[in-house]
Amino acid sequence: MSDLNSAMTERYHNSFLREVEANVEEGEWVKMCMQCGVCAGSCPLGNAWEHTPQKLFMMIRAGKREAVLSSDSMWMCTSCYNCIARCPRGLPITHIMHGLAHYAKRLGLAPKNQPTAQFSQIFWDNLMKKGRVNELKLGLSVYFKDGFGQGIKNALANKQLGQNMMKAKRMNAMEFFGGHSIKDTSGLQKMIKKAQEIEDAKIQGNS
Amino acid sequence: MTEVIATNQTILVVGGGISGLTAALEAAETGKQVVLVEKRPYVGGRVTQLYKYFPKLCFPACGLEINQRRAKMNPNLTILTMAEVTDIQGDVGNYTASVKISPRYVNDNCTGCGDCARAVSAEFDDEFNYGLGKRKGAYLPHRMAHPQRYVIDPAILGTEEAAKAKAACKVNAVDLEMQEETVSFKAGAVVWATGWQPYDANKIQPYGYDRFQNVVTNVEFERMADPNGPTGGKILRPSDGEVAKNIAFIQCAGSRDKNHLLHCSRICCMATLKQTHYVQEALGDEGKSTIYYIDIRAIDRFEDFYQAVRENPNVSFIKSKVASITQNRENSNPVLNGVDTEGYHRYANEHDLVVLAVGMQPSVDKASFPVDIVINEEGFIEPATENGGIFAAGCSSDALDVNRAVQQATGAALRAIQVVNRVAGTEG
Repeated sequence: MSDLNSAMTERYHNSFLREVEANVEEGEWVKMCMQCGVCAGSCPLGNAWEHTPQKLFMMIRAGKREAVLSSDSMWMCTSCYNCIARCPRGLPITHIMHGLAHYAKRLGLAPKNQPTAQFSQIFWDNLMKKGRVNELKLGLSVYFKDGFGQGIKNALANKQLGQNMMKAKRMNAMEFFGGHSIKDTSGLQKMIKKAQEIEDAKIQGNS
Repeated sequence: MTEVIATNQTILVVGGGISGLTAALEAAETGKQVVLVEKRPYVGGRVTQLYKYFPKLCFPACGLEINQRRAKMNPNLTILTMAEVTDIQGDVGNYTASVKISPRYVNDNCTGCGDCARAVSAEFDDEFNYGLGKRKGAYLPHRMAHPQRYVIDPAILGTEEAAKAKAACKVNAVDLEMQEETVSFKAGAVVWATGWQPYDANKIQPYGYDRFQNVVTNVEFERMADPNGPTGGKILRPSDGEVAKNIAFIQCAGSRDKNHLLHCSRICCMATLKQTHYVQEALGDEGKSTIYYIDIRAIDRFEDFYQAVRENPNVSFIKSKVASITQNRENSNPVLNGVDTEGYHRYANEHDLVVLAVGMQPSVDKASFPVDIVINEEGFIEPATENGGIFAAGCSSDALDVNRAVQQATGAALRAIQVVNRVAGTEG
């Protein structure tokens, strides 16, 4: 259990709803759900989820903390916004899904090997190095995330795509060496570090 | 020329549905002078289009007959049909109303014999049956319409058809020269009873009312169940005219939804529970009803009615707001898609017919009220002191069932009587 996770379990014992309201983006909307099920039925990927939004909201209210935070369902959201458009109560469901995923990640409870979570981390690490996304390295990192052998297979499978991108000058092989950058990379990193500190103080201070 | 005799001690009632009719009769029977203005060619409003009432499953025709008889007997009551209030000026105790009267092309010589309708062959969508059937170009809007006078559709004017209607009339009642007129008269108080309209189902895009023939509304279903209705009381699929045996009801179709009507329309749960009785009555054990709902709102004494329907093995309940309707192209069956809340099961259920329990929307649009009045977020009239001598009755004040609308209308009549009594006191 991460330290933050223990601290939060201690602080909100028996009231996961309050925890969500205080710490999850748009979490204060969860209690407004009337369990009509339109979000679940309107989700184009709904049949791929173990827990539909409506079910997640009920689990939150029922205090199913571990089950909610370790669920991979909210990571499946593609942000199509169909649920938000249809929700009779106007809940910002897409945002809550991302908020839950984000919170689970901070607590170290996000499911291991969840592809969306992995991709997000790779994207973030890639971006933080130079302040710009290095598409060549991003692609390679994603291909090779499951080991060298699988990486070669992935790369070969997408060979044509890569070549076409280079032909169309959408990708540059020279990016492999260093790559383009913003002017003040260390300034950006300091900024993000500060933002992280503010964010950490905020979540520790929430009650 | 229509003449209306009215003073500052007259009560103007706008709308002759069950609420307006009630308010007008209650006031007139206390001895007050009342002018009732009704947009349709007859009084009774939407109640006339219902097959049965809940919870007693009795016929609206019964109470309507009593009220129409009261109206006929009372010399204090003037009824203007095909008339609309276009403007009200003045203040409490001293209003001047302008009323536009559309030509009926049939005068009060009419005996209701029906010779004109038999002579005319042109047919139009019957608005009384929500367009499910046809009516003639000369018609009596419904069997017990009051006043019992035929109407000539303006669409046949200047044609052979109109001439035929005129020629067929033995009592010289058809007057094709009749013109629209505007009258204005005084009133001390106004009872505003313009009622409701069903929410436009076309606006609920995922339910495909505009795309799928076998998706109908609850008000249309009411006409289908009526033996005097367009299908003779048979529940038939609009797509192929086959008997619909497996019928789905979708609750809150447009109500309690920030994309549609914010309010709970209150009547739709009971209306659907009532309509399962129609299915049972028409088809016995062959008729199956399935109700898709968020929660059933059957309050007070209606709870017993709900429990009785619950116990009917031919009625099932699925706790879920249907997300979308698609269509099986082979048999035009609507397919209901969603996830239920009791177990979170994903379903795609095929039915013969879907009835959308559409909600109540105020008839008069917020922007087009001909008078300055306080209206709430949902479009209903607030009981505000700023309204002066104008009092809302029935569904112009809130989504109400007939019972509550009538009670509320009686209250509004009393308010109006208090105003004209005050006027009488000062005028001596």
